Amino acid sequence: MATLDSKIPAGPIHEKWTNHKNHINLVNPANKRHIDIIVVGTGLAGGAAAASLAEMGYNVKAFCYQDSPRRAHSIAAQGGINAAKNYQNDGDSVYRLFYDTVKGGDYRAREANVHRLAEVSANIIDQCVAQGVPFARDYGGLLDNRSFGGVLVSRTFYAKGQTGQQLLLGAYSALSRQIGKGKVQMLGRHEMLDLVLIGGKARGIIARNLVTGEIERHSAHAVVLATGGYGNVFFLSTNAMGSNVTAAWRAHKRGAYFANPCFTQIHPTCIPRSGEHQSKLTLMSESLRNDGRIWVPGKVEDAKAIRDGKLKPTQIKEEDRDYFLERRYPAFGNLVPRDVASRAAKERCDEGFGVNATGEAVYLDFQSAIMRYGKEKAMVEGIQNPSADKIQALGKAVIEAKYGNLFQMYYKITDENPYETPMKIYPAVHYTMGGIWVDYNLMTTIPGCYAAGEANFSEHGANRLGASALMQGLADGYFVLPYTIGEYLSSEIRTGKISTDLPEFIEAEKNVKDQIEKMINIKGTKSVDYFHKRLGKVMWDKVGMARNAQGLTEAMAEIRAIREEFWSDVRIPGTPNGLNPELEKAGRVADFLELGELFAKDALDRNESCGGHFREESVELDGEQKGEAKRDDVNFAHVSAWEWTGDPATSVKHKEELVYENIKMVQRSYK
Amino acid sequence: MAEKLININLKIWRQQNGQSQGKMVDYPLKGVSTDSSFLDMLDMLNEELVNKGDEPVAFDHDCREGICGMCSLYINGEAHGPDRGVTTCQLHMRMFKDGETITVEPFRANAFPVVRDLVVDRSAFDRIMQKGGFVSVNTSGNTQDANALPIPKVDADKAFDAATCIGCGACVATCKNASAMLFVSAKVSQLSLLPQGKVEAKERVLNMVNQMDLEGFGNCTNTGACEVECPKGISLDNIARMNREYLKATVTID
Repeated sequence: MATLDSKIPAGPIHEKWTNHKNHINLVNPANKRHIDIIVVGTGLAGGAAAASLAEMGYNVKAFCYQDSPRRAHSIAAQGGINAAKNYQNDGDSVYRLFYDTVKGGDYRAREANVHRLAEVSANIIDQCVAQGVPFARDYGGLLDNRSFGGVLVSRTFYAKGQTGQQLLLGAYSALSRQIGKGKVQMLGRHEMLDLVLIGGKARGIIARNLVTGEIERHSAHAVVLATGGYGNVFFLSTNAMGSNVTAAWRAHKRGAYFANPCFTQIHPTCIPRSGEHQSKLTLMSESLRNDGRIWVPGKVEDAKAIRDGKLKPTQIKEEDRDYFLERRYPAFGNLVPRDVASRAAKERCDEGFGVNATGEAVYLDFQSAIMRYGKEKAMVEGIQNPSADKIQALGKAVIEAKYGNLFQMYYKITDENPYETPMKIYPAVHYTMGGIWVDYNLMTTIPGCYAAGEANFSEHGANRLGASALMQGLADGYFVLPYTIGEYLSSEIRTGKISTDLPEFIEAEKNVKDQIEKMINIKGTKSVDYFHKRLGKVMWDKVGMARNAQGLTEAMAEIRAIREEFWSDVRIPGTPNGLNPELEKAGRVADFLELGELFAKDALDRNESCGGHFREESVELDGEQKGEAKRDDVNFAHVSAWEWTGDPATSVKHKEELVYENIKMVQRSYK
Repeated sequence: MAEKLININLKIWRQQNGQSQGKMVDYPLKGVSTDSSFLDMLDMLNEELVNKGDEPVAFDHDCREGICGMCSLYINGEAHGPDRGVTTCQLHMRMFKDGETITVEPFRANAFPVVRDLVVDRSAFDRIMQKGGFVSVNTSGNTQDANALPIPKVDADKAFDAATCIGCGACVATCKNASAMLFVSAKVSQLSLLPQGKVEAKERVLNMVNQMDLEGFGNCTNTGACEVECPKGISLDNIARMNREYLKATVTID
């Protein structure tokens, strides 16, 4: 059994990172030229890491399944990136960002990692601006900020609703520069299918060239997995169609522990599903909650009339509306954290107040913001006694400038104009806080194998705050991993080039080829999507926003049954020799079918409610917090890191106890 | 508009690989929801093909929310289809009529060779970016404070507008000359509008334009079709700005 040594440096929390950096072994520049590093994934974490490692002098091979590194799904992040700059002079500080993140994560994140994240956050903004990332600015030419859920300051930097795109293109530009110099060899349309271990150390990967179908061996002195999250285990999510767990899962099967798989973020503001044909869900940025008010009708009969198409939301009088977040959480209102907002929306819909045909939607209404901005604008422009229409027009222009692309996206999908009628939204799977277990240096339980960004588990606990994913991805990629990896690589300077003819490479390659052969030769009767959709339905119904022991036990059995059926009845047309999207999907779904069972097992094991993980058995029964999630710090203030044993049902749990020395654990209250 | 089910006749380009000959193949498809996206519709077709034991149609796609730039397709003679300001994944079937014939082809250009069916190789764009689509700044953690250098909002906004290019290649597919000027000029503009990018402006524009020519993209004849079909509304002004930058770089001496 590998021991779970988190390697948190000693000393006061605000000195840990600085001291640690000062004592990490360095690799001299001449030696760096003889060290190879593989980076899998080219999103914010992977792209930034590959670029930074190459700048430092290492030889980097970067892999992505997309045709270009610029297309990684970090690009779809909309709202913004947090940083403790305190440009708004509203009392923000490294400590407050640290505190908000630990609290937002419901005290299930590692203190030392979160503090480091808060410390380097300001550097990220400096770095990105230096790269030419066009953040939003005010008329004085300085950077603008906005607020996100779960905090009381404005620390979110943004580029309209395309912040992820701009940050990723910044990392992509840094990566492109290194590719141009020959320091990074970029392998697009390649998918990692196995991790190769030699003498217990990660020494390379097996990858499939998705265009030719060729199975390739690649060796290195260290392997970095920056392969994102596994939200697509639910089939419908806001992830990209190709987002998958395969690289992480295959590393898990080679010995990397998988931590807190059940910690999944269900984002409150997504466009509700419209029908069976749907392949994915679309997020409407949390930034909209700065100006949008969430409500449902206060009367069940009104909700029913709306569902039947007999009443329009604009016809419901102010006093007949239930702004349920403002009602339940007066201190944070519409800006409560995501897990809290999602559960509150589900609660209203379960009680019969939902508003679209399926009964699974609530309103996000911009009318008050339009009027407020309109009046302000009229004042600024010196318009005396403006008409209501004039105020509306002025207000809409302000809203358009702030959120234009999101409103347009909503209109194109739903065919409804959100300037005229409130948006309909419903929670959807968005992000996975769980992931591969890593120590303070971001190394997994396999020496030489690292995990960065969403692929690892450490910073967000049981719930991630908005605009923190971009922060973590870039922090890991630019400022953490390039330093901490030196500790390991400094002992690798005498290793020399690693041959891909070693028996371990041959064995791993054979495994991959055998699995592909096996899948393609099943020649069953059902498509890959058929199994993926069934898995997703079990996950959503029984391992979704509210979980209980009975449902989770059933889910484990059902997922196992679907997996068995998959391996006897899936149909994959075509051959493995060439571009074959069905074959790619099949490999990913096969892994989701294993992960899904471990996910349910972890959720069953964690008999408490914390953050996005809500167990119906664990709620507050009385007092001011009645009905809210109830954490169990006595039994569950730990990370559950699962060891693969050959079957998800028999995976072995290892604990990393979480110690809070700087923040007192209290009931999380946003009231 | 309420959901309806429509029947359509698809004519889709099928091609085994880059070396083989391709052809248009007819696929009638029934019961398509008008609320579904164009790619949901292709998923539906592929599900039918797989169930029949046929090979599904290969097409590029990923985020399905109009930002990754992976989806392409030339639909009824237009890049990303008949709607404006959208990528194919955001195009919805309510744009089509019951009984309509819809032709679906890959983005066509010499610099974008077909990989299979509707999938093309757009790596030429990456190679252009590698020649100068960046600011030469290493990761250090001690670059100057982000607010040390105020940037006029109007410049920052213009730089942002140019930077929203998703690199999908619709401009190239649309252009009668298969020119990549809109794509290249978007990056040149973004960086030339910002003080951080001005330092290397000259080398950048020369190197990127040179690589663009080497990749086999055609010249710009100011038709403006690229701007019309661009899903992100990248303005033709960027091409004018790049031409100025190019001229400045070629007539001045250091």
